Parts: sequence; structure tokens; C-alpha cells
Amino acid sequence: MGLDFSVIPPFYGTLALGVLWTIAITAASAVLSFFGGILLAVVALYGPLLVRLPFRFVAWLFMGTPLLLQLFLIYFGLAQIGVDLPAFVAGVIGLGFHYAVYNSELIQTAMVAVDKGQMEAARTLGLSRRQALMRVVVPQAVRDVLPPIGNNMIALLKDSALVSVIGVSELTLSAQLAIGRTYRPFEFYAAAAVLYYVINLGMEAVLRGFEKRNRLSR
Amino acid sequence: MTQTHPFVEIRHAQKSYGKLEVLKDISLTVERGQIVAIIGPSGSGKSTLLRAINDLDPLTAGEVWLDGLQVNKSLPHRQYEKHINEMRQQIGMVFQHFNLFPHLTVRENVTMAPKLLKKITDKEADTLAEEQLDHVGMLERIDYYPSQLSGGQKQRVAIARALAMKPKLMLFDEATSALDPELVEEVNLVMKKLAEEHMTMIIVTHEMDFAASVCDRVIFMDKGLVVEEGPPELVFKNPTQERTQAFLRKHLEGAK
Amino acid sequence: MDVELILKVYPYFLKAAVITVELSVLTTILGLICGALGTTARLSRFAIVRFLGAAYVSLFRGTPALIQLFLLYFGGPQIGIQLDAFSAGVIGLGLNIGAYMTETMRGAIISVDEGQGEAARTLGLSRAQSFRKVVLPQAMRLMIRPLGVNINAQIKGTALVSAISVVELTYTAQRYIGSTYKPFEMFFLAGILYLAIITITGKGVAYLDRRARLQ
Repeated sequence: MGLDFSVIPPFYGTLALGVLWTIAITAASAVLSFFGGILLAVVALYGPLLVRLPFRFVAWLFMGTPLLLQLFLIYFGLAQIGVDLPAFVAGVIGLGFHYAVYNSELIQTAMVAVDKGQMEAARTLGLSRRQALMRVVVPQAVRDVLPPIGNNMIALLKDSALVSVIGVSELTLSAQLAIGRTYRPFEFYAAAAVLYYVINLGMEAVLRGFEKRNRLSR
Repeated sequence: MTQTHPFVEIRHAQKSYGKLEVLKDISLTVERGQIVAIIGPSGSGKSTLLRAINDLDPLTAGEVWLDGLQVNKSLPHRQYEKHINEMRQQIGMVFQHFNLFPHLTVRENVTMAPKLLKKITDKEADTLAEEQLDHVGMLERIDYYPSQLSGGQKQRVAIARALAMKPKLMLFDEATSALDPELVEEVNLVMKKLAEEHMTMIIVTHEMDFAASVCDRVIFMDKGLVVEEGPPELVFKNPTQERTQAFLRKHLEGAK
Repeated sequence: MDVELILKVYPYFLKAAVITVELSVLTTILGLICGALGTTARLSRFAIVRFLGAAYVSLFRGTPALIQLFLLYFGGPQIGIQLDAFSAGVIGLGLNIGAYMTETMRGAIISVDEGQGEAARTLGLSRAQSFRKVVLPQAMRLMIRPLGVNINAQIKGTALVSAISVVELTYTAQRYIGSTYKPFEMFFLAGILYLAIITITGKGVAYLDRRARLQ
């Protein structure tokens, strides 16, 4: 069986929809992982001990196990305790939380490295500890780790392919759908690979743009 | 009540880290509009005393009062936080290393706290920023980031940031020590201007000339104690204590 | 937590963990080889070879590992590559991690070469001599820790081969979640084993790193 790329055009619509869903799930998960990462970092550093310890444990668990396994846990685990989520939502939670843990590690390191004088200056102006954290310390820490957070988001795009296994009809599953009809795996996986590659390039360009804009404020 | 009280009063301030006593029973008062310099060798406790006034370094024992209110009042944690944040809004502080917020522009540095704490509108905030920056001669750099400023310019912005909260009292913690010599004067000029406007100021400094020319009173501290205090002409020209004499001799020699 | 169930199924998880370890070891070895080749290509004197190296890195880092795996396993037969699932897993993941390792190795070499390589060449060493005697030994030391990060990611990455039905840990966990409806217990079991593998590997890498730094 040779290669025949003329099987692809009839499935342009399917693949295009897959691309949109991939972008949607990546964007939603990236947003969740960004703000989740900030929240986790603040709690891990400043939360009460009773909250901090379980958080550290869960972070350790999520950094030491495969994302795919976590997706199964979230999808089937939540269903078991009676929370029946659409696959898309489960996928966003799984991807978002997984990368939130990684982002949180980056942000924590950066928060600790923010000069102590920054907190002091904010407090002497009359800001509360929380205000000082959210207005002064966190923005600086996040700004300092923007490039590695960007790298995490690019990794997230590629890991979004994993949510196909819990039935989110993103690009990978769209390709599988087309393969189910045509029995042409090589052509469609190759097509999916090209599309991922293009999205990847686009995302890198956007992130580099962000970083450039951020350069002055340091 | 018309009972008169000192504007700033420190009563029996003590501070220790473990066994190390940094402040040993210090009491002093500052009147409204007075400008007081605190001098002394490093490790004398002068910065610690200054930082105790707004409770940045809490005292181990003793009281700090500002305009009839106790700054370091003993309160349950949550209430204390609210109280101290209100007190600190009335006490401006300027640091040796400026501590400007690098992620904010000059304008945002000045307006962040007033916007957040006094709920002023964006328009009022802009007017305030322009006013305060004009006052320190930094209006032209209003939309710059701190990283684009020289040390002296940063410190002037830091002063404007503190003044934007309309404090009753200004604390200066070696505000010119980290500056290159040629940049010291521009900051000193701003501080002189404040002095002429009768801002109450407590200034920890190494610059004897500046202290002599601007301050109403000089306090010499050593080893956690006030050794000598008085008008600058007395403390600098005719110190009575041997430790003061030794310090001044060394310091004036070092300056030459 | 259903302890009885855990006690009943854990032998299957242990067996699956052995497969995960095998996959990890073989993939790491292949990844290191691909990384070394990729790095050599990226630093070649010939523009065409440099381009091929860069294309390898860019393509494999720019697309999902899962797609690469599917392309090889399901699409391979169409172009005459017939592999069993385990081999396809090792080759697919090895090529993928090799691209990341290429960047790690190249980064270490460049950072050493900047100062040291120049110094060696001013002493009269040829480019090849200075690379072998001066740059490479130092770069090897520098790359242990970041390669450890790659290996850590790659161990977790072996979970992907469950999608082509290799009976490793994640596949086993998934199957038992399906048959027992006990996702937490199964996650817990598989999770502990992954953490054990990753922790031991991490300790090994740290040991190598310490030794290399002492020299």
C-alpha cells in the first residue's frame, strides 16, 4: 500500500475543526495553568501549614507521574465521585492543572528571588501583605519566568494530543476519525503533524512577541 | 481634648535578636516640622530604630507614637494588620536601595498605593503623579521604567512615591549612601526643599555636612544607645561625649 | 481506599513496571545516541548536514510525540516499516527524546566552547583536538544534570505507548480502571511505581553529577 495524499482533501473540514479544538483546549489549559500556577505558588509559599503540606504532596505526585495517567484519573475519577464532566472540560482541567504545577515551581523560585526590599517598600506605603504579594512580588516573579512559562505552554500544545484518548475531538482524534474511514494512517497522521507544526510555529512567534514587549520593565 | 503630646514619641524602645541587643532603652521625641538626623557608626542601631518607627522591624519592647496614636499597638493579628497599614500610610519611607517597583513605570510607581488605598480615580491619580514628580523634578520621566533611570533619579521618584500618600512623617534610611558621589546632590536638594516646606523628617545619614546644614537636631547613637543629642552646631562643634568626639574625628578624616 | 483490591492487583502492576523500566532504559540509550548524532550534525562544518540536524530537532520538537508514535506504528507499514508495538515505542520515543537531548548537548558544548575552545586553539591545538581534549570533557560534565531532566520527562513519556497497546504501567492502570471502576486506587498504585522509578533515576543522575563535579 503506497502513499496517496489525495485522500486528505475530502477531510479538510474535519481536520480544520480539529485544529480549532486543539487551539481552544490549548488556550483554555494555558490560561488555567498560568493563573493556577500563580495561585499554587502563593499558597505553597504563604499558605497555612495545613494547606501547604498537602499542596506540596500533590505537586510532587503530579510532577512524578505521566500526564496521561493523570488524565485518566481526572476523567474517570471525577465520574466516579459523581462529577460527570464533558471530555473537553476534563481535558482542560487535566492539562491545566498538570502545567499549573510546573509553572508554580518556576514562579515559586522566582518569588523567593524577588528582592526583600520590594515587599518592604510596598508595606511601608500601607499595602497589606496580600496586596503587596499580588501587586508587587507576584508580577515581578511572573515577569522573570515568562520565557520558561512560554516553553511550558508550547509543551502543553503538544501534550494536548493526549486528550484524544479521553475522547476530546481535537486534531489527533480528528485524524483518527479520518483514518477510520479511509484506512490511511500515514497520510492523516502526517497531515496532523504538519498542522501541529504550524500551530507550534505560530505560538512561538506570539510568545516571543510577548517577551520582547516585557523587556523594558526589569 | 486639647492635651498636647509630642508629634513623634519613642518610649523605652528595646530590640534584640536572641542575645544580641540592638536597641537598649531608647526614648526620644520629635516635634511637628522638625528635622532630625540620626548619626552613628554602622551597627549602632540607627537603621533599626528608624525601621521600628513604622514597625518594619518590630520592637521587642517599647512604644512608638505618632500624632497621638500608638503605631505598634498590641492588637489581635487581623486588627493589627489593618491598624498598621493605616499608620504606615501616614509614614513615608525612603530606602538606601530605592526599592522602586521595576515592573511599573514611574507614574505607576507613584500612583499604585494611592489608587489602591485611597480609591482615587485614574484622573486624580494622574494629576497626583504629575504634581509629585514635578516636585522632585522628574516629570519628564513619568512614563519611563526604573531601569531607564540613574540612581539619583530613582531616589527622587522613590521620594515622590512616598509623598504621594501625603504622609505626616518621612523617614530616610541612608537615602544617598548607595549613590555615586555626583548624584548625591540632586537628592539632597529635594530633601532640602522638603525641609523648607516643614515636612517632619527623621534622617539616618552618613553625611555630616548635610545633617549640619538641614537638620534642627542631631542624635548620635552608638551600641544601641543615644549617646548625645542636640542642635547640629553643638553636637558637631562641641561634642561633650568622648565617643561622639572619636566618631566625628574618624568620620571627618575619612571624608577628606 | 480499597486495600484488598490493591493487594490483589499489585503483581500485575509490578510486572508492568518492569516493562516501563525496560522501555525507559532502551529509549534513553537510543535517545542519547540520537542526541549525539544530532549534536554532531548541528555542529558540522557542512551546511547541508547542519540543516538536516536542525530539521530533525525542529520537526521532532515541533510536533506531539503521540503523533510521531502513531505515524511510525500505524503509518509505518504503508512505507514498508513493520514494527511490533514495543519496538515502535522504543524507536518513536527514542527519536523524540533524542531531539530534546540534541539541544541539551549542543547547549552544553557551545557554552564551554565559547571561552575554552578559543583558549585551546590559541595554544595551537587543531579544532578537532581542542574539541576532543578540552571542550567535550567539560561539556560532558555540564550536560549530566539537564540530560537528567530529559530522562525524567522521558520516563513519564513512556506512558504514551499505552496508546499503541504496550502493556506498561499506564496501560495496566487504564485497563484496571476500566474493569474495577476504582480510578484512585489504580492511580495510586501506578503513581507510586512511577515515582519510585523516577526517584531512583534522579538519585543516580545526582550521583553521576556529583562525581563529575569532583573531578
